[in-house]
Amino acid sequence: MTDPTTYISHLELGEPDKTYLDTNELIINMGPQHPATHGVLRVILKLDGEKVLGTECVIGYLHRGVEKIAENRTYAMFNPYVDRMDYVAAVSNGLGYCETVEKLLNVEAPPRARYIRVILTELNRLASHMLWLGTHALDIGAMTPLFYTFRDREEILKIFEKYCGARLTTHAFRIGGLQYETYEGFEKDVKNFLDFVPPKIDEYEELLSTNRIWVERTVGVGKITGANCIALGVTGPVLRASGVKWDIRKAMPYSGYEQFDFDIPTCENGDTFDRYMVRMKEMRQSLRIIRQAVDGIPSGPIMAKVPKVIKPPAGEVYHSIEAPKGELGYFIVSDGSTQPYRVRVRPPSFVNLQALDLMVRGALVADVIAVIGTIDIVLGEVDR
Amino acid sequence: MSEETKSSAPPPGGEPKPPADKPSAGTVQSTPSEKMSPSSEKPAATSSEKPAAAASEKPAAPVEKPPVAAKPAAPATAGAEAKAPASPAAAAKPAAPAKPAGPAPVPWESPLVSRLRTRHGSGVIEASTYLGQNYLVLESSVTLETLQVLHEQEGFDYCVDITAVHYPKREKPFDLVWILYSFAKNDRLRVKTMLADGESFPSSYPIWPTANWLEREVYDMFGIKFDGHPDMKRILLPETWEGHPLRKEYGITQQDSKWVQINLGIESGQ
Amino acid sequence: MLDYITSYLSSNVTPGQAGNFFWATVYVMVVFGGVSVVVMAMNWLERKALAHFQIRLGPMRVGPHGLLQPIADAIKLATKEDIIPAEADKLVFWVAPLIILCASFTVYIVVPFGPTHAITDLNIGILFMLGVSSLSVLGIVMAGWASNSHYPLMGGLRSSAQMISYEVAMGLAVISAILMTSLNSTGIGTLSMIGIVQAQQQAHVWYAFKFFPLGLIALIIFSIAMVAETNRAPFDLPEAESELTAGFHTEYSGLRWSLFMLGEYAAMGAVSSIAVTLWLGGWLRPFPNWLSGSFFDLVFSLFPAFTFLALAGFCFYGVTRMPKHPYFRLETIGLAGFGAVLGLIGLILLITPVRTRVQDIYWFLAKVAVFLYLYIWYRATFPRYRFDQLMAVGWKVLLPASLVVLMATAIVGVVI
Repeated sequence: MTDPTTYISHLELGEPDKTYLDTNELIINMGPQHPATHGVLRVILKLDGEKVLGTECVIGYLHRGVEKIAENRTYAMFNPYVDRMDYVAAVSNGLGYCETVEKLLNVEAPPRARYIRVILTELNRLASHMLWLGTHALDIGAMTPLFYTFRDREEILKIFEKYCGARLTTHAFRIGGLQYETYEGFEKDVKNFLDFVPPKIDEYEELLSTNRIWVERTVGVGKITGANCIALGVTGPVLRASGVKWDIRKAMPYSGYEQFDFDIPTCENGDTFDRYMVRMKEMRQSLRIIRQAVDGIPSGPIMAKVPKVIKPPAGEVYHSIEAPKGELGYFIVSDGSTQPYRVRVRPPSFVNLQALDLMVRGALVADVIAVIGTIDIVLGEVDR
Repeated sequence: MSEETKSSAPPPGGEPKPPADKPSAGTVQSTPSEKMSPSSEKPAATSSEKPAAAASEKPAAPVEKPPVAAKPAAPATAGAEAKAPASPAAAAKPAAPAKPAGPAPVPWESPLVSRLRTRHGSGVIEASTYLGQNYLVLESSVTLETLQVLHEQEGFDYCVDITAVHYPKREKPFDLVWILYSFAKNDRLRVKTMLADGESFPSSYPIWPTANWLEREVYDMFGIKFDGHPDMKRILLPETWEGHPLRKEYGITQQDSKWVQINLGIESGQ
Repeated sequence: MLDYITSYLSSNVTPGQAGNFFWATVYVMVVFGGVSVVVMAMNWLERKALAHFQIRLGPMRVGPHGLLQPIADAIKLATKEDIIPAEADKLVFWVAPLIILCASFTVYIVVPFGPTHAITDLNIGILFMLGVSSLSVLGIVMAGWASNSHYPLMGGLRSSAQMISYEVAMGLAVISAILMTSLNSTGIGTLSMIGIVQAQQQAHVWYAFKFFPLGLIALIIFSIAMVAETNRAPFDLPEAESELTAGFHTEYSGLRWSLFMLGEYAAMGAVSSIAVTLWLGGWLRPFPNWLSGSFFDLVFSLFPAFTFLALAGFCFYGVTRMPKHPYFRLETIGLAGFGAVLGLIGLILLITPVRTRVQDIYWFLAKVAVFLYLYIWYRATFPRYRFDQLMAVGWKVLLPASLVVLMATAIVGVVI
């Protein structure tokens, strides 16, 4: 077997502190089988009692070589694979990939397709945030919100299922637009959902936002400044909770986001509570976008003129979207053949997870759990 | 309508400033002309396409045609288009110039490039724009220095991604790619350099701490070592794995069967 | 021999005090068996109530509405492979759950279910209860240490720190109640559990309402501290699932693990009964002074019977709502049978001699049940405290508060 100590190169135990009592530092292995690491994440913690002196993430347990697979599939064949990265936000992954290939082909999806894409992507953002909220609250010890969020996420998954037949790994979009026209009553379903969900979000907030223990557990925990976020490449709600008002949907609009009126919620302190608040506000903003989109769905074709065999001209392109977790980018190199020469995914979870060490140093073990939850990682995306 | 105008034209300067980033603040002072030029070009571009976009959206009519009229072939106005990267791309590209012509990289002229050229001379091999995205190809000897300049003086404070591409037939088979973003300018930039097999490259970790894991992944997948990296080891694959899977000679079903047999106790992972 | 057995029946003290070994044994068996049954019922109720808090159904498969689930669980746990980690300290590992179990069951020796319905009445009853119940921390530390694993070790350490800190506040709150027992003509208080309830009876007030709000504050302090003492949410850090996988019992499985659970639930009942005895008048029925007279005596003595009859009625209502599909036939019969048993118990409780003897026990258990329900409620509502915050609450909030209450009680008691 591999010697487990090979992983702890820069977490060596210090000399015992003999000033007062003979105390030892403790190296503790959290994961890959652990209830709160959200999958197969292994975190090696160096502890002084309950205090964290350093961490090291060991990842790759879920590595499936998505980027290698891409080089051996045609552009269209690779499309379903991206759903398996961030599997709680599969629609966002698909949107990013399809848009990148469309950019490479220099085509654009027709407006109707773009509107439907926005609706589904924002629904997916809601679903992802709901799942995040439930599991994050469970990590901190509040069991009940998990079930409430899952109940409401179910409504979103029902819409997905009705639209494309799949609930989780949807493969909802095609290069150039959509394969399927919306089903009968899609707009009604979405509108019903829009009426159904705001009181539910209020309910979550009621359970948590003013709960004294929740506030004590999250305020001031896992602080990170905006400058540090940028230096570490951290994006998404974590960046915005640190006071940087940056959202790719606004900064470099794609898929017609420039047509919708919405705000970028930000907070100032960059702690766990602020990240929670940012995501709660984002859920409401998503609802706003969906409402505008569903009210203004244009009619028309849903598929752009894309050749049957997708054969982009040689060249390379980087395109990124605002996934629920942060900047999800695709860097695709085409050699003019039917298969991509290289697909590089810029996964938000992977980059954001790097900030864990900075965020938990000096905190307690319980904060590590809170911070892992608050970064909102999906190991399928971290490991790809 | 008014919201559209607001949201669709994110002026680079108006973009919320990331707090406490001194280098970029310095940049603003040192390059006022640089800062002005893109923003003065941009409104022109956006305003010209605005009616087209609005017209296409509102009446919900067939959309293919109007943008073509409104926006003459993108590559033609290369100079003006150069600094308008992804943001107007959504509206600017819809009509896709006739297929056979195809987009082609056009030279990218900007104060930034000329400054880099004066600094490094022939070190800047290529500066082009492809599909509205700017990229630089640099001599590997000047790359790190350029990255430093880009970070400290040109305001590219956010390193989006570091990756590599393998071209086995080339003399220098590896493309090392940095994707950079500037919050102040709302602009992306790709920096590329070529590396020979087995050649190592100085780590950009001191410039962007985010390079830590990204470079580890490049090492893991391509075997490109980064000098001065604090913790140069594999990240996704096991520490003792042999081979670097994203190299082109590494087959899709290939695996380190010895590792699999020893550590997993099975014949094959396939 | 028979005389020895029957002689106790005419006496008016607990078997322990009467020195009657036979009846003491019977009482012990009844009480311990009863506690085990209550633990199982509590387990079922917790799962059901928690499920309904969380828009789920909870156990539904084993028996009607999962009524047999605790039994199924018990069978599963008893027959499960018992794993002792290779590197564990076998003896300590083996002893730890027993210590917890013994500590939490021994306490029931002095719990007064009625004026004579206790196994024995020690003159230092409350001290005995606090002392023995805090022994369980020893079991937790032993379990944590003997597992020879990091998570249990941290769970054990957390729990020892936690239980010791909360015992201070708990003890001070108890003392303020004991002070109140000395407010009589003789000026002598008592530590006996039965004596405390009798003192409340003589004072015509439950201590929760004495010197309002001092008694109530003491009760609240105690009821917070007792949650921490039993390692339940929101103070369940020793077994914080998301942090320490399962805390001190991570390495335990099967029967040994179930002993921990049994001990934990029994301890919950024990500390709840301390709270009930000290502040809520133990076995005394509500409003003995306000609603007095033979009519109200009769009404209140009918409560136990009506409770069981109501439960039986609930079961029969459930029977009518059962699906008519043959698959549910067995469950329907089972539910009807369960309802019949409950109804029978209710009818027996209507018989006068039974009624008068049992109502003390009923009121005591009803009050304890309220506390047990609160435990479930807390668990559904609150996130978990962090370790340092838990300590801060214990030492910086509860301890000063209980000291103030204690002093105020003493001063008010002297002045009045």
